[in-house]
Amino acid sequence: MPLLFILFFFTLLISVSVYFSRSDALREGIVTVGSIVMMVLDVAFCAWAFGAAGYGDGYLSYFLPETAAVNAFNHVIMAGEIFLFLLITVLSIKHGKWYCILLSFIGTAPVLWLDLTGRAVENAPMLKIDSLTILMFLVVGLVGGLICIYSNGYLHDYHHHHTDVEKRPWFFQSMLFLFLTAMYGLISSDNMSWMFFFWEITSTISFLLIGYTRKEEAVTNSFRALWMNLLGGFGFTVAILYSAFVYQNGSLMELISMSEAKAGIVIPVACLAFAAFTKSAQMPFSRWLLGAMVAPTPSSALLHSATMVKAGVYLLIRISPLMTGNLAGVMVTTIGGFTFFAASLLAISQSDGKKVLAYSTISNLGLITACSGVGEPAATWAAIMLLLFHAVSKSLMFLCVGAVENATGSRDIEDMHGLIVKMPKMAFVMTVAICGMFLAPFGMLVAKWAALKAYIDSNNVLLVIFLVFGSATTMFYWGKWLGKLFAVLHQSETLRDIIHKSEWYVMYMLTALVITLCATFPFLGQIFIQPMLSMEFGVQVGQIISSDDVRVMLMMLIMIALMPVLGLFLLLNRKEKMTMSYMAGANAGDDRHFVDAFGGIRPSYLSNWYMDEMFGEKKILIPSLCVAAAFVVVLMILAIGGAIR
Amino acid sequence: MKISRSPWLLHYDASSCNGCDIEVLASTTPRFDVERFGIINTGNPKHADIMVVTGGVNAQTKQVVRQLYSQMPDPKVVIAAGICACDGGIFKDCYNISGGVDTVIPVDVYVPGCAVRPEALIDGVVKALAILDEKREAMKNHATCEVHLDKA
Amino acid sequence: MNEIVMTVIAIVAFVIFAPIVGFFLEGYDRVVSAKLQRRQGPPFLQPVYDLIKLFEKQAIVVNNFETALVLGFTIFTIFSGCIFFAGGDILLVFFAFSLADMFLVLAASSANSPYSSLGSQREFIQMMAYEPMTLLTAIGFYMVCGSFNVSDIINQDVPAIVRTPGVFLGYCFILIIKLRKSPFDLSTSHHAHQEMVKGLTQDIAGNVLGILELGEIYEEVFLMAIVALFFITKNPLSYVVGVAASLIIFFIMIVIDNVFPRVKWENMLISSWGVTLALAGSNFLILTMLKIAGI
Repeated sequence: MPLLFILFFFTLLISVSVYFSRSDALREGIVTVGSIVMMVLDVAFCAWAFGAAGYGDGYLSYFLPETAAVNAFNHVIMAGEIFLFLLITVLSIKHGKWYCILLSFIGTAPVLWLDLTGRAVENAPMLKIDSLTILMFLVVGLVGGLICIYSNGYLHDYHHHHTDVEKRPWFFQSMLFLFLTAMYGLISSDNMSWMFFFWEITSTISFLLIGYTRKEEAVTNSFRALWMNLLGGFGFTVAILYSAFVYQNGSLMELISMSEAKAGIVIPVACLAFAAFTKSAQMPFSRWLLGAMVAPTPSSALLHSATMVKAGVYLLIRISPLMTGNLAGVMVTTIGGFTFFAASLLAISQSDGKKVLAYSTISNLGLITACSGVGEPAATWAAIMLLLFHAVSKSLMFLCVGAVENATGSRDIEDMHGLIVKMPKMAFVMTVAICGMFLAPFGMLVAKWAALKAYIDSNNVLLVIFLVFGSATTMFYWGKWLGKLFAVLHQSETLRDIIHKSEWYVMYMLTALVITLCATFPFLGQIFIQPMLSMEFGVQVGQIISSDDVRVMLMMLIMIALMPVLGLFLLLNRKEKMTMSYMAGANAGDDRHFVDAFGGIRPSYLSNWYMDEMFGEKKILIPSLCVAAAFVVVLMILAIGGAIR
Repeated sequence: MKISRSPWLLHYDASSCNGCDIEVLASTTPRFDVERFGIINTGNPKHADIMVVTGGVNAQTKQVVRQLYSQMPDPKVVIAAGICACDGGIFKDCYNISGGVDTVIPVDVYVPGCAVRPEALIDGVVKALAILDEKREAMKNHATCEVHLDKA
Repeated sequence: MNEIVMTVIAIVAFVIFAPIVGFFLEGYDRVVSAKLQRRQGPPFLQPVYDLIKLFEKQAIVVNNFETALVLGFTIFTIFSGCIFFAGGDILLVFFAFSLADMFLVLAASSANSPYSSLGSQREFIQMMAYEPMTLLTAIGFYMVCGSFNVSDIINQDVPAIVRTPGVFLGYCFILIIKLRKSPFDLSTSHHAHQEMVKGLTQDIAGNVLGILELGEIYEEVFLMAIVALFFITKNPLSYVVGVAASLIIFFIMIVIDNVFPRVKWENMLISSWGVTLALAGSNFLILTMLKIAGI
């Protein structure tokens, strides 16, 4: 256990020291060394916890008696909550967004009141470590550490290109580490007040990072993110209050173990789910995540794809045993499934790389949400797998887009035309990441497959329909992106590689992680996930994907790995003739120009299809937000009203 | 098996008056049913075995004819369809006409006529098939593809 | 042990005999199309001649990358077919097929010419149009047979079609797209010269095109085998029924091909999604209700 505290306070220490080191060299040194040490500590902690928890089928929970240290920490948390409230108040007044103060107040005040008046439930376990926590620690630690290292080179180039942005990299990186600290706190806490505190910190950091450039658009978007997340925080508060007053309980684990013993359980569950919707940017709260894309890429990769937005679905996965066959479950699956489908439609019409990534993040989070709402072990298994695969692949995608933007000055997918010639290494890394998102035999697809089976078995027709249509649209927008990367431009040269070495190392590490995950997911499931689910749901969970299928998929993986070798073999004894591509006989020599009727040379270019008239934001964004909002309102009322009656 | 069992056509109009083109297209209609011989009008040089050119080559189409020819995989045969394609026809001395197709690329079969009759064209294609097979044999023996130029 | 031997035999039989069946279907297609147009048409073995010719020809490529991707398409198509005939998981088979298709589309994208790009974008749309229906087909089998494994599906007492008529019709509808038949032959077509020339296969030539055609023949056999799968039960006679049904459906496809002109992509997308929802979706809904009711 001391390792956990060392990890926690070490990360906090890095955060503070980064904030105060204003020289670039010193700061970058601290970040690199700090990240590496943090990753080592993280892995060491996970190894220890894994051993101590008894190979996955047990868990560690810590009651932390009322010692002076715990009391002091409780006071620190209270002080922290007040500080957050004041910070939001000051910034809101500064920018004239008064409603945020109110939202922050109604979220924070009741929890503070609970603590101050001594109504908070005592003798509850404060921390809980089980195999899901360990997996989350691995994701947060490894992906987070790598992204922090990447941010060194990125910020350097970013400020080189964006001279109009005030240079505050120490603030940015310090916030990244502070965020990681909060994430560690969030996933290891079992006490809901503690969780809520860390939850609010992540919201606030996200708000600060979105507003990093201090431009008008950034400020507007950051406040949108803030109010939506604060609204979700209010949902969390209601759940805490309800649990404290009705059940005299402050522990999430105990709430879960109550199961269906009490009918009113739907109320806190629905409130927590509501909080999770805002955090995980489910429709109708999806717009803040799009706005968050104005922030520099490392924060998009870390907060808005790999970890922070995962906090919402993490909470849903935790409470998924409580959602079996009740209205809260129906609400979560409906919103999740709908978001999965609608966001993937919207992604089709976007050509800005980061926007596509944002929509696809929303869409995939929707799928995870839908899986956790089913409340069956197999579906929750799929949710956890999706969470892991998505965190790694999507953060890699973000880092790639960020690096391409710094190298070529554009993050538009159309400008990535022919990347395989211009930046072959980058194209390879991106291909792995994209394939990891949707193609057999890579990760996400495996999880989607398990999800499909679970939906059918739980007789959820609507979800199955959403899933099959959503898969088709997902395939379309990733496929056309891949197609752009793969276009081989004739007579084009490799661009000079100006991407920092450290960024390359990070991207290669993540690529290796994607492939490793694909190759080892059955073991991962067997060692970590299935025992945990067996315990949580109280039934024996066997293999989700049969070993025959796993074998076939491994064969496919090996075959794909052998493809380049085969290609090389073909190149060695080739007899074919190389010609230009067909342009009705008028190819001007480089595949991108043709000779017109007057003998002049004109460029020719075919962009991808965006189908703006069918799937454009103007056409379907507002209707789908309205539909989702209606779903949330109606189902919340039904769930809570039904429970009260 | 002889590769002439499956000849795929590419038709290109290099400044014809369209008279021959109408006849060429007419001969690929169901009425004449050239698919009996496995002939398909592909329109894609990369899939084609036989290139049918109509009209004398002019300054603008010269490069195009060359490029299309270069994009056809070996073995390949060129048919000059109509008198203009054979030697320039009535446009022979025109300022912008190079003459027949053979001034630009090697031609294997000449099918005269103004306009060329579908029957004559089909006959020309059948003659071209024999050359196609010969070229294939030559290719196997690593010889050059330009075997001989046959006047039909 | 016996099971493994049977599996190996099934795979070997597929790899060897599928081209023969495929050539039969293609020849049948060519001859019947000719008869529908009141002409004699090519010899029955014309597809074989075409393929042999393609392999005899020089390869012309625009880049070597494309060749490798086309090879990937054919290898993965055959591989997926093998999983199917070895009695594997039908969902996995569909996933593997979409991987193979992805190789093909990427090959066309990599050629980077206007016509190839057009073909590849249209093929993406086609994939988007038929993907939901292929997944629902697999789900339909699962609902009826309780398993995704082909080896279990063929061991039923009652043919699957009895309870999945909607899924069957929906599958036949997207079969038009999959077999590249008019009105949905948007990305490439077996017919003569047209507005996008050859689209998807524009810059694939000579023996590389031969490799691609071979892959498509394997795919065709697999697609028709799914049609037969709807009719197959424990009873050996049902295999005859299945084959007959495939031939009839294939004949209907040829007629449709000859009767309809090509449509715009919007029409294809909306109609195939509509058909999927209306036929397969409602069929699935009914099956689920029956399952809940315990019938």
